[in-house]
Amino acid sequence: MKPRVVITGMGVVAPNGHGLDNFERGLREGRSGIRFFPRLEELKFGCQIGGMPQGFDEVRKSYFDHEKLLSLNDNIGYISVSAVDAWRDAGFEVPHDDDPVDWETGAILGCGIGGMDTIAETIVPMVNEGKTRRMGSRVVEQVMNSGTSARVGGLLALGNQVTSNSAACSTGTEAIVDALWRIRAGLATRMLAGGSEGASPYIWAGFDSMRVIARKFNDQPEKGSRPMSATANGFVPGAGGAVLVLEELEAAQSRGARIYAEILGGAVNCGGQRNGGSMTAPNPEGVQLCIRGALADAGISPREVDAINGHLTATFADPSEVDNWSRALERGPADFPYISSTKSMIGHCLGAAGAIESVAVALQLYKGFLHPSVNCEDVHPGIEAFAHRIPQAVMEYSEMKIIAKASFGFGDVNGCLIFKKWEKA
Amino acid sequence: MDEQQIFQEMVTILRPYVKDPALLDGATKDTHILDDLKVNSARLVDVIIKCEDTFDIEIDDDDADQIRTIGNAVDVIKTKLQ
Repeated sequence: MKPRVVITGMGVVAPNGHGLDNFERGLREGRSGIRFFPRLEELKFGCQIGGMPQGFDEVRKSYFDHEKLLSLNDNIGYISVSAVDAWRDAGFEVPHDDDPVDWETGAILGCGIGGMDTIAETIVPMVNEGKTRRMGSRVVEQVMNSGTSARVGGLLALGNQVTSNSAACSTGTEAIVDALWRIRAGLATRMLAGGSEGASPYIWAGFDSMRVIARKFNDQPEKGSRPMSATANGFVPGAGGAVLVLEELEAAQSRGARIYAEILGGAVNCGGQRNGGSMTAPNPEGVQLCIRGALADAGISPREVDAINGHLTATFADPSEVDNWSRALERGPADFPYISSTKSMIGHCLGAAGAIESVAVALQLYKGFLHPSVNCEDVHPGIEAFAHRIPQAVMEYSEMKIIAKASFGFGDVNGCLIFKKWEKA
Repeated sequence: MDEQQIFQEMVTILRPYVKDPALLDGATKDTHILDDLKVNSARLVDVIIKCEDTFDIEIDDDDADQIRTIGNAVDVIKTKLQ
């Protein structure tokens, strides 16, 4: 029998709240973390709103000494705080410099775009001014693709695999799937899994010029992120980070760890950018195969899924996503699971999205509630038949056992996870 | 600027890079920056840049390579200031 994998710790830095208690309150209240950014207006962005963790400078100063702070750009700051929070939440101490290496624990922590603020504000101007010699020693570690996991590996003295994946907007979800497999393969006892993304106009600019982000709600930021709505007008860019501590069940039980949820299974694939799929749109067959693959890996029937935490970004793709879920699960509107989008409150946190939303999923299973999917009072006509399955207000739901979570990314990549409420055997 | 002033400035420059600031309390010219103060070797570059800014001098790579102790740094800086 394959080893079972459970979640024993979580940390989250989200636009609508830092820390599990605050984040949970935000989810229950349907609290939006979306704000107007004058800087984006100055820069003549079409979309001048975004989701950015608030008050984070104070937070990071309370976690790290001056020496470490000099190396923390947004992306690495979010993952570092999330990782420390998750580690402590799992019942571990943050090790000292002379403590031994933990060979049994690793990390897969990715990002979508990464240290763009460092590239734009430090590297490009200094190199162009002929000041390369004066950039100092902290640039590479902040922009290398593995900058997130590298920083966390050092903070926590991790000795197992420490790496960073990147699968665009599916990064966070893919990291959790990969970590699940590594523990199942018997190669690690526990893995930190998650993702992060900085908040920078230089990250968001490309999406703005593609006209895929919300341009019509600059004067009503909290209404701007509208997944599944008829007035959805593109996603709202977000930033933040989240880390989940995944642990082999017996190891978790032997140390008396608190268990949030079990990860029953997962799958990743790619639609090959064929059959309707492209660099930016998913091949429906690929999405459905990914969802079915995750269910098969979890060993459950599609009927057992109580709720879906969708990718659901608030673009034209939402109706086809709901259709894909319906086809993959072979469940029509009459017996469809509940479906919601955490992005309605926090925007689309890109490489962090799957991780932050997975923390939301595990919290909802652990505490027995479903958060509202806000800003879709006017459900999109293509989803109207499913409207009664979209929570418009927080729902207490202690009988809920299974939530399926998916993420889809540029490159036509897909990831799906099946989470189960933890019940003592 | 006399040697003692340069030494004090060096202690100030090094402070953010020292994990345990107490290590600087008893520092002398013979204190080794990497071995005694446990400064991360990659950060020596940042210490050099900070020296250049503080004293308005330029420290080339060959001079930088000579710096092992606080005293070495003081000597390099003193020469540049003359």
